[in-house]
Amino acid sequence: MAPALCVNCKTERALIKRPKNHAKLCKTCFITIFEDEVHHTITSSQLFHRGEKVAIGASGGKDSTVLASVLKTLNERHDYGLDLVLLSIDEGIKGYRDDSLETVKRNAVQYDMPLTVVGYDELYGWTMDQVVETIGKKGNCTYCGVFRRQALDRGAKMLSIKHVVTGHNADDVAETVLMNLLRGDLARLSRSTSIVTGDNRSEVKRSKPLKYSYEKEIVLYAHHKKLDYFSTECIYSPEAFRGSARSLIKQLERVRPTAILDIVRSGEDMARLVPGESPSSCACKGQKTSPMVSGEDDIGGCGSQNGRTSGNEMAAMDKQLRENEAHEGLEVDVAMAMSESKKTGAKKQKELPIRSGNGTSKNAPRQVRGNCSRCGYMSSQEICQACMLLEGLNKNRAQIQI
Amino acid sequence: MSNATESAAIPIVVDFSGGLEMLFDDQRRHSVSLPAVDAGGKPANIAFLIQYLCKNLMKDPRVDLFVLDDHLRPGILVLINDADWELEGEEAYKIQPHDNILFVSTLHGG
Repeated sequence: MAPALCVNCKTERALIKRPKNHAKLCKTCFITIFEDEVHHTITSSQLFHRGEKVAIGASGGKDSTVLASVLKTLNERHDYGLDLVLLSIDEGIKGYRDDSLETVKRNAVQYDMPLTVVGYDELYGWTMDQVVETIGKKGNCTYCGVFRRQALDRGAKMLSIKHVVTGHNADDVAETVLMNLLRGDLARLSRSTSIVTGDNRSEVKRSKPLKYSYEKEIVLYAHHKKLDYFSTECIYSPEAFRGSARSLIKQLERVRPTAILDIVRSGEDMARLVPGESPSSCACKGQKTSPMVSGEDDIGGCGSQNGRTSGNEMAAMDKQLRENEAHEGLEVDVAMAMSESKKTGAKKQKELPIRSGNGTSKNAPRQVRGNCSRCGYMSSQEICQACMLLEGLNKNRAQIQI
Repeated sequence: MSNATESAAIPIVVDFSGGLEMLFDDQRRHSVSLPAVDAGGKPANIAFLIQYLCKNLMKDPRVDLFVLDDHLRPGILVLINDADWELEGEEAYKIQPHDNILFVSTLHGG
């Protein structure tokens, strides 16, 4: 087979076939285009502002390593004026995190960025090893996930940083969209598609600049730029449900590589139909995400609406949905479902208000952002999820199911 | 002539990364002498290499982390001399002496 030439420079041999459009690119053009696209996402979504201090959530894995490398490159190339630092979380799992933390330490030297490591032990008084010792392997991912989410924010707060970026890629977002679709959790589906989470009222803003980058291209970028990353799998049980969603996505990608970005875009479009949730796609038109954006706002960009007509149908459906009072019940928080299920002993599934608008949904209070009465961390409940889990752990009777 | 080809072996270098090393003795790089033809007498291609690796090189019993339904598990990328195998004919690519074949997983976390 005669080697194909790069469609961009037309001189070098093509080494990469892009999943999103089948374009064949040489190494140099691929690296440039990959970086340009992340730059486009950053500028069109107005992700950063000059002088901003930004913490990169760094695990030593491919995604966060590529994110750190690309952000450093773009910050210098386009003079973003960002102050970039690495923030790592040590869950306290012996034989798992040690090697990846070593990788992050090397990254800190390679990218000349200061590194801070925060441990679950110092934040919560529990390492994951101790959690598993107490509750067993089943359900430990819930604890780890809840703790990690807060740990990055708390770590950022300790450093007086108001913006954390994570390496979530298009495959991750597609996977989450699918999972939430399969769980019937539209409210969370909507939030998971946003490139920015947290708003002006929350103390730490989160964003995912690689949201439109294929995992395949992230791995190839790391390979061709010879980046130093570490691959590992948590020694405690993997999340079976996420694993199934992941396999499905990868199989779909084999058959139709565009499927991944298509799912991301479908997720964004579905998010627009969820009342009260903030729509967010690559905001090419410079829209800022705000929590109560009305459904008719044009959030087109990066293809989510390109090529579509006026969208009358969508607007009409949207209007109808908003008029439907039942929407109040759509916003369900895990913690709320948890406390409900604790009372009734029922599983969360049964507590979820059904879309047809029943009594419960009218009684359900709308989420009001406040602070946890114990730790002061931002929470829509009296007591935040982490404190609830900790209470259970501390009483050594952690039977809370999510 | 057929006898000569049948007994011949192709020297190649096979690399594993992205977490696949753990299936192959925790070792990234392996020098492999691949039979030049498969059992049916056809020249060795990537499909044959994958079978061969499962039978002869893999120390880990979890074959399904590498192969699923007789094909490479989706989510594992193959680079043939640094080029995406999708540009080279994927499983049908005929292996040449001194080829460098890299299997890199996208499936593992950080």
